[in-house]
Amino acid sequence: MSNDATRKGIFIPFLRPITSLARRGLAGSAILVGAMMVVALALMTMISPWISPHDPIGINVGPILSPPSTQFPLGTNHLGQDMLSRVYSGGAIMFQVAILSVIICLAVGVPIGLFASYVGGYTDRLASLVMDSIYAFPGLVLAIAIAAMLGPGVVNIALSIAVVYVPSYFRIIRSQVLTIKELPYVEAAHMMGAKRLSILFSYILPNVVPSIVTVATLNFADAILTAAGLTFVGLGLPVSTPDWGWDLTYGRQLLTSGAWWVIAFPGLMIVLLAMGFTLLGEGLSELFNPRLQK
Amino acid sequence: MPLLDIQSLVVEYRTLRANVKAVDQVSLSVEKGETLGLVGESGCGKSTLGLSTVRLVPFPGKIVSGHVTLGGIDVISCADEEIRRIRGKRVGYIFQDPMTSLNPVKRIGAHFVEMVRTHEREVSKEDALKRGREMLERLGIHPQRIDDFPHQFSGGMRQRVMIGLALALNPDLLIADEPTTSLDVIVEAQIIELLKHLKESLRLALVLITHNIGIVAETADRVAVMYAGKIAELSETDTLFERPRHPYTQALLNSVPNVRKKGQILSWIPGAPPDLAEPPPGCLFHPRCPFAFDRCKKEEPMLMKHNSSEVACHLYDKR
Repeated sequence: MSNDATRKGIFIPFLRPITSLARRGLAGSAILVGAMMVVALALMTMISPWISPHDPIGINVGPILSPPSTQFPLGTNHLGQDMLSRVYSGGAIMFQVAILSVIICLAVGVPIGLFASYVGGYTDRLASLVMDSIYAFPGLVLAIAIAAMLGPGVVNIALSIAVVYVPSYFRIIRSQVLTIKELPYVEAAHMMGAKRLSILFSYILPNVVPSIVTVATLNFADAILTAAGLTFVGLGLPVSTPDWGWDLTYGRQLLTSGAWWVIAFPGLMIVLLAMGFTLLGEGLSELFNPRLQK
Repeated sequence: MPLLDIQSLVVEYRTLRANVKAVDQVSLSVEKGETLGLVGESGCGKSTLGLSTVRLVPFPGKIVSGHVTLGGIDVISCADEEIRRIRGKRVGYIFQDPMTSLNPVKRIGAHFVEMVRTHEREVSKEDALKRGREMLERLGIHPQRIDDFPHQFSGGMRQRVMIGLALALNPDLLIADEPTTSLDVIVEAQIIELLKHLKESLRLALVLITHNIGIVAETADRVAVMYAGKIAELSETDTLFERPRHPYTQALLNSVPNVRKKGQILSWIPGAPPDLAEPPPGCLFHPRCPFAFDRCKKEEPMLMKHNSSEVACHLYDKR
């Protein structure tokens, strides 16, 4: 029964221990690998003050533009800063931005999506119109415009990413709610005299949660890239903050002089982090989607 | 005063093509403890009739005129809050498809808690669960299974859970809308047996909506045969099966195999139900009726008393 498959798909990630995930084929291993990558990078960032061999923003701790050596395993940049220390600590802002933007998205996108599509009619039309017009903008361009208006800072970057991403949440939730609110168990809830609010929160919301989780993981990955992009164009953070995005900005100019190590390692970190979140999201969405299961 | 009283109810579905009358001038009543069978083919309006008793006709549908009174409360005109308190509390409803009628992310216990506490706020969660366990036991499901999720039950068990939920608050009326259509015959027999047993032990009024005339023969006290949104015939079950009067009822009974009749050749009803967006003039059944005469094509028959039954057919109109 396809119905049974749907239900199992919803419960497995929450109920089964992680070890059994690996046995669930490609989707399970994607979740495991993705989660491990993200956790490893988060840990590295958190303990960076204790494991960094040098001050990540200290200038002239070593020779200028030295290639990877035993003393500076990842080389130094044009200011003589240690790249290894900068790689260790450069993710802090990105994690903060990503987490904050996802929280803002959840706090704004989920209620709007739920209420507008459940109520329907003009409320739904209006919300869809606003969300679709935001969606029509290219994401990074809109984020740049908003970040330019608000100025630099973690909260502002997170806000500008959230504005870009809220419509995705809205659309996913809306399409789900429109389907779920016509299902027999919602009809049955009406029939047993349940109040509209309790139908929304105890019948519809729990069934939308898997999709929200999936969008949130993809949102994480995208937030990291957008944060890097914003810093790259100079709308991110003060120069004094160690950040992979800044390293990319300067490394780009230094690449022509053959200093590949300045851009390669921070770039690799961003790729790994984004990939970790994407794998996690893809794996989750595959587990949640009964049609993709064997 | 009857428990459920429907007077000349008209329900329309408003479509772009036309306003389709899914229920047209239907009058019915159900007494306390009585079982009424509502029979008819797909699309004849029997489900719409069932839903309008609790004012839950789905969207393009609208109750246009008529009266529905349920235990003295006017269902059509009362406040939203009042009708909400009737649903589930006074009227239990069982749906056709038990596979999708339970919330997949909630345990069975949570369904019972939700059901009981929606209407009786003062009941604690533990008491609601206790009631749920008792109900499950009564329906032949082990009480411990209240902690399971819907997907861990078979179709027949889920339907029993649905029945248990519908009866959790001791309603006066249970409406079962094709409760066994998606189940196999063995489970169907079990569920029907269960319903019969419950309505007797709880003195429950039951409206059984079905297209399976055999189920009706077994359970119902009275039967209403619906055709194209109207009641064609309404009579006691025994009378209906011994002496069907309306040509549609006769044809319907002849199309069901009977183990007692030897060498019976099954017949079928030629043609298809009318398009209700453009209903034929006169009697809606006349294009398919073997006894149709001139008057049937011009004048619509009214439901009239004939001996112990009520029939809407010109054959029985002495005029």
